[in-house]
Amino acid sequence: MSVTSIQEKKKPRRPDRRRRQAIKGFLFIAPAMILVTVFFVFPVLFTAWMSLHKWPLLGEPQWIGLRNYTRMFSDQRFYDALGFTGYYTVMVTIVIFAFAFPMAMLVEQKRRAVPVYRTLFFLPVVVGLASASLLWTWLSNIDSGFFSPLMERLGLTTGRVNLLATFDLAFWTIIAMVIWKIAGFTMIILLTGLQSIPSELVEASRIDGAKRWQRLRFLTLPLMRKTLALALVLSVTGSILAFDQFYIMTSGGPQNRMISIVYYIVNQSFVSFNLGYGAALSIAVLVILVVLSVAQLWLLRDKGDAA
Amino acid sequence: MKTARARFERRRLGGAFAFHGSASVLSLLFLTPFIVAFLGSFRRGQEASSPPIPPWPTNGFSLDAYRTLDTFGSGILQHTLNSLIVSLATVVLTVLVSLLAGYGFSRYRFPLKNVLFILLMATLMIPFQSILTPLFIMLARMGLNNSLVGLILVYVTLQLPFSVFMMRNAFDAVPKEIEDAARVDGIGDIRLLTRVLLPLVMPGVATVAIFAFLNAWNEFLAALILLSSNDKYTLPVLMTAVRVGRLGSINWGAVQAGVVVMIIPCLIVFLLLQRYYMRGLTAGAVK
Repeated sequence: MSVTSIQEKKKPRRPDRRRRQAIKGFLFIAPAMILVTVFFVFPVLFTAWMSLHKWPLLGEPQWIGLRNYTRMFSDQRFYDALGFTGYYTVMVTIVIFAFAFPMAMLVEQKRRAVPVYRTLFFLPVVVGLASASLLWTWLSNIDSGFFSPLMERLGLTTGRVNLLATFDLAFWTIIAMVIWKIAGFTMIILLTGLQSIPSELVEASRIDGAKRWQRLRFLTLPLMRKTLALALVLSVTGSILAFDQFYIMTSGGPQNRMISIVYYIVNQSFVSFNLGYGAALSIAVLVILVVLSVAQLWLLRDKGDAA
Repeated sequence: MKTARARFERRRLGGAFAFHGSASVLSLLFLTPFIVAFLGSFRRGQEASSPPIPPWPTNGFSLDAYRTLDTFGSGILQHTLNSLIVSLATVVLTVLVSLLAGYGFSRYRFPLKNVLFILLMATLMIPFQSILTPLFIMLARMGLNNSLVGLILVYVTLQLPFSVFMMRNAFDAVPKEIEDAARVDGIGDIRLLTRVLLPLVMPGVATVAIFAFLNAWNEFLAALILLSSNDKYTLPVLMTAVRVGRLGSINWGAVQAGVVVMIIPCLIVFLLLQRYYMRGLTAGAVK
């Protein structure tokens, strides 16, 4: 039985058989391609189309060419949102790395209970950002929360401090929440990089008398270039798209100073119902993210070295 | 000799002490918000709005916070059910569609195969936040606005690039001989896939399923925009109503209870299937 079938295979394939294979292949991938086309590719093109219109929620859309874009470039609130998003992205990324890198070095060690610590550090990653924001809104509340009363009890502050009342305090409270939520994720990414460093190299450098920080600076960091770049890009792209935490924790913050770019799009599209202008803003975000992704591919490209 | 050895011992002990000391302090910091919310949610009526110091109930265990939570929207059961329907349907559809597509991309040759695969992966570059407006309008035209079905289709689509990638790799890892042997026995395509190959790619399916579940269960922005009537809200959207409060005052007990309801399934799923979750994460990291 099996002999005949192998012989059959060796015969030159007839074109209609190959075509049947191709059709089957298309049928297998069809559901995925249809979904992605209808619910992703088409909406992207539709966004571009909408951005060239004045598009109210009800009533006829009206072609206005590039006017949404000219409006965008003279819109102070757009620049404010962009500026705030940039500030947040830089700050949160620095702090995430400041926590995640030492954590990764901690859980990379071969000691007892390391898997337990790793799991505990990672737990907040699997809960939703919305749940985490809500939880921290309560914890940061001045009357019923946890942090302010605790600091007062411990004598760290005189009286209770309202952590969400001023821009700076609210900003750093949100950063703390995001660190709690995300640091474990970045830690795992960095851990894969640390574990890929051959232990012989570390041993050799130790025998050569390299100090701890020398090993870090000249061995660990260069060998982790790709992992660091990946963690950096994931953190930056994630932060640029931040919305939940500002919406839930401060509703845009004291004096509306915490409107991130996605928050501004949501406000323009679904509060003011300037759907066309919202689409133009979306295209701006899309362009920023695609540029970053291309930069990521460039950073992560193989230079032909063995690593 | 002896002193050198003693010094070595002391340094080793000191290292272990420093390690476990810092690691347990960090663990405590990461755990505290969970513990405080969980214990705090069982405090009685008025106690729930005072600071959780100590976090556990001092006036006796009570479910007041959960009862208050139940008075929001259409009741907590309804909203938990909505979240469950959306998440489980997203899991089933994502697994089904990515299983087929992964198999197709792994085993069949057809024109434009690589172009289509790259197109699928390229959607990862585009933030879904930027296409919410057209999705909102499109779903309205299709009669799927304010419907869990519309939301599910959007969630499945968002899961596909990662899931198809995972499933294609899973099928690539299955030796072709197994398939050839089965074909010799005259088995059809569908039975080959479900009876022979599915058990072999089960770890990949688990990874795809767990990510689909967590992402759908936790997603907030799309649900906020695409669902407009109260009885359709998933848990995160319901909780914005709880967070806003009534008559200017927020019931913090209901907030704590809601957070617990939203968090527990995530933690259970993760702790049970941690291995598969981490595989997905590192597959993404290593590429």
